[in-house]
Amino acid sequence: MFNQLFPNVDWVKMWEATYETLYMTVISTGVTFVLGLAIGILLFLTSPHQIWANKIVNVLTGSLVNIFRSIPFIVLIILLIPFTKFLLGTIRGVEAALPALIIGAAPFYARLVLIALREIDKGVIEAARSMGAKTSTIIWKVLIPESLPALLSGITVTAVALVGYTAMAGIIGAGGLGNLAFIDGFQRSRDDVTLMATIIILLIVFILQFIGDFITTKTDKR
Amino acid sequence: MIELKDISKIYKTKNGEITAVKDVSLSINKGEIFGIIGYSGAGKSTMIRLLNGLEKPTTGTVEVNGQQISSITGTQLRQARQKISMIFQHFNLLWSRTVADNIAFPLEIAGVPKAERVTRVKELIDLVGLTGRENAYPSQLSGGQKQRVGIARALANNPEVLLCDEATSALDPETTDAILELLLDINKRLGLTIVLITHEMHVIRKICRRVAVMEAGRVVESGDVLDVFQNPQAEITKNFVMQVSGTRESKESIEQILVNYPTGKIVKLTFIGNKTEQPVISQIIKEFNVEVNIVHGNITQTTSGPYGTLIVQIDGKPNQVEEAFKLLESREIQAEVIDHV
Repeated sequence: MFNQLFPNVDWVKMWEATYETLYMTVISTGVTFVLGLAIGILLFLTSPHQIWANKIVNVLTGSLVNIFRSIPFIVLIILLIPFTKFLLGTIRGVEAALPALIIGAAPFYARLVLIALREIDKGVIEAARSMGAKTSTIIWKVLIPESLPALLSGITVTAVALVGYTAMAGIIGAGGLGNLAFIDGFQRSRDDVTLMATIIILLIVFILQFIGDFITTKTDKR
Repeated sequence: MIELKDISKIYKTKNGEITAVKDVSLSINKGEIFGIIGYSGAGKSTMIRLLNGLEKPTTGTVEVNGQQISSITGTQLRQARQKISMIFQHFNLLWSRTVADNIAFPLEIAGVPKAERVTRVKELIDLVGLTGRENAYPSQLSGGQKQRVGIARALANNPEVLLCDEATSALDPETTDAILELLLDINKRLGLTIVLITHEMHVIRKICRRVAVMEAGRVVESGDVLDVFQNPQAEITKNFVMQVSGTRESKESIEQILVNYPTGKIVKLTFIGNKTEQPVISQIIKEFNVEVNIVHGNITQTTSGPYGTLIVQIDGKPNQVEEAFKLLESREIQAEVIDHV
C-alpha cells in the first residue's frame, strides 16, 4: 500500500538523502554550538561593565555577527563559493555545504547565546568574583551552567533552522532531502517524492524539537 | 585588620561624575563585628566592595589582613579574596547546583581536592544547620535557608573576614534574627572579623560592637554602638536610633501630655548597661514629693549591654523636681527635658 501511495519513491535514494540531511544537520549544529557559544561569550564579556569590557572588540564582533546574520542564506551560499572551493577543493557534495551552514548559523546562535547570558543574575557573577574565581572558571562554572536551559533551547531553534538551510543547500548540489525533492521531485514532476521528502524533514524537525525541549526541561532547576 | 585611608570613589557617567564615597578613613579591629549603616545611595555598597577589591578606590588605600587590596591585581587579588568572603542580600547562589555543590564552589576555585571538599562541605552544612538538605536545589529552599547556604559557602575557605552586603534585608524579622544569631555565633567560634552594611538599626544593635553611620558618601559618625545609641550626634543617626528605641511612636503621646499637663516637665531618661536595672523611679517618688507619669518605655539589647529609654512626666514643686534630677544625675542616668516635640 505504501508503494502504491508513493510509486516513484526510490527508498534507497530516499534513505541516502535522509542520511545526508541528518549528517549535515548534526555536524553543522555541533560546530555552530561551539562557535556560536564562543562568539556569544566573547560578546557578553566584552560588553560594558563586564570582566573584559572592551568597546572596540565588542562593536567589531557585534557588527560581524549582524552582517552574517542579515545575509539571506541562499545568497550566503553563493558568496561563499570561492571560500568553500579554497577550503575543500570542491563546491559539490555534503561537506561542501558545511562552511555555508556553519557561517550562516553560528552568528544567529551567538545572538541567542548573548541573550541567554544576559539573563544570568549579575549578583551570581559578582559572587564568583568575590570568591576569587578566574575568568575561565566563571565561564565554565557560572556562565554556561547558569544559562544552560536557554543555551539548549537556543541550539534547538538553530538546529531546526539548519534543517531548513540544508534543504536550500541541497538545491546548489549539496545532496540531502532538499536536493532530492528538487531534482527528483520537482524537476521530474513526481509529487510523491517531494511529499515523502517533506514528511521526513518534518519528522526530523519534530524529533529535534522534542529532544531539545526534553533536555531543556531536564536541566532547568529553577 | 582593616584600614581604609582617605578613600574616595568617583564614578564617571554620561551625566558627569558621581561621588559614591568621599574622604573616608576607618579602621576595623580583628575579630570584631563592625556595622556600616546608611540609607540607600549613601555609598555603603561601594564601601563594602572596596574591601575585597570588587571596586577600586579613586584615591586612598585599602588594607585588609596586611595586604593592600586597593593596589594588588590578578592572582594575588584572587588569592586574597579567598580569605575575604562575602554574603549577599539576594544570596546569589548558583541555581544549577545543589546546596552541597554551591558550598563546594569556592573550594573548587581554591583547588581543594575532591575528597577534602566532601568532608569540608559536610562540616559546613552541619555548622549552618542545613543537615538533610544537601541535595536540594536553591529553588527548593526558603530565604533563610538560602542565606545559610550563602554563609556556609562564604566560610568554606576559612576566611579571615566576612563581608555582609545587606545580608538580612530580604528576610522576614524572625529569620533575620536567626541569621544574625548565626553570624554572632560564627564570630565567637571562629573569631573572624565581620563587616556588615545595613539600613536597619536593629541589625546594628543586635550584633555589632562598633558602627559607622554613612550619609552621602561620608562617614558622619562612628564609635561604639552603645555610645552612638546614647549620644547620637548627626540628625541621621538620631533617626536610626529612633528606629529601635520606639520614640517615634511616643511623639503623639508626649504631645498629648504636654497639652493635658502643662505644669510638669517631660523628661527623657536614658539608661545604659546594668543601670537599666535600678529602681530609680520609685526612689524619686519616695524621696521627693513629686508625681511621676510614665509616657513611654523601651529597652533594647545590644552586644555591649542593654540600652533603655524612658519618657516620664515629673511634676511637683520646682525645688523637689530639681532634687529629683540631681539624684538621676548621681546615678549616671541621662535626663533630657523635652519641652517641645
